[in-house]
Amino acid sequence: MGRIEIDETRCKGCGLCTTACHLKLISLTREINVLGFTPAVTTNRERCTGCALCAQLCPDLAITVFKDK
Amino acid sequence: MAFDYEKYIRPGKLPHIWCPGCGHGIVMKGMIRAMDTLGLEKNNTAIVSGIGCASRLPGYIDCCTLHTAHGRAAAFATGVKLAKPEMTVILVGGDGDGTAIGGNHFIHACRRNIDMTYIIMNNYIYGMTGGQFSPTTPHMHKASTTPYGNPDPSFDIAKLAIGAGATFVARGTAFHANQIDKLIVEAIQHKGFSVVEILDDCPTTYGRRNKFKSVIEMMNRLKEVAVPVKAAEKMTPEQLAGKVLTGILYKEDKPEYCSEYQKVIERAGGAAR
Repeated sequence: MGRIEIDETRCKGCGLCTTACHLKLISLTREINVLGFTPAVTTNRERCTGCALCAQLCPDLAITVFKDK
Repeated sequence: MAFDYEKYIRPGKLPHIWCPGCGHGIVMKGMIRAMDTLGLEKNNTAIVSGIGCASRLPGYIDCCTLHTAHGRAAAFATGVKLAKPEMTVILVGGDGDGTAIGGNHFIHACRRNIDMTYIIMNNYIYGMTGGQFSPTTPHMHKASTTPYGNPDPSFDIAKLAIGAGATFVARGTAFHANQIDKLIVEAIQHKGFSVVEILDDCPTTYGRRNKFKSVIEMMNRLKEVAVPVKAAEKMTPEQLAGKVLTGILYKEDKPEYCSEYQKVIERAGGAAR
């Protein structure tokens, strides 16, 4: 079980995390954040395996993945 | 528990200035993980850079940092290393900063084999100044100063470094994020001049002129062209056409410059360190 936390104030909406996630749990919203971009949000959170590939590929240090045991 | 990057980041510096999807952030994270793996002390690590997008990196990292003149990172870092040989010196820069304007400093730092690590983020273009072609822009690719295609053949930074005398040369890509920190760890541990070339993407000035629709397409290109060194041994030259080898490309042991220089000092009657 994993838990994805996205810092919306840092996300620039590049979308790299959306391709990194095999389960397609991350998508971009239409709402604009404080930087003027459309940030990433998580859906179906309970399916996250905690592989942390999205966090590894995020250039903006916006994603943190916690692995709950 | 997730990896905490914040302990190596200067408070209040994020979000960084790099464009959405720029791989420099991924390289910075790899570098922070490598520094954490090696347990480098903040007061005993110097990060030196020149000018450019990639050279903004030291501003975000909480270490001894030096942001110098364009292309002169190797020159300043040589001074730091000779004055304080116990310090871990890491240079960061882009392809234009390292191989065009700082090309001479780069090859001579390679030749001296001084114990430093040079991380070159190769995004094939001068991003910060508006997308002019750099020595690594591929043949017939477009840049703002070559709108009909770049007629120049491009540099292979890894081969240039090996030819100039660097004793550790590795190559990675921003897409293979897990590999970056492993390469940087090996490069820092190596005694001598280490060059780590990281292939990167510049969606703003390179991608949009060269028919890459998105950052994701640019990252997929990096994924397609990269071939690990071990896998390449089993491939034919036809299969390797257009591919780029990644991993540790070259490693050898040679006398290191600081210890050689110390011998000269002692021979001249100076104090032993």
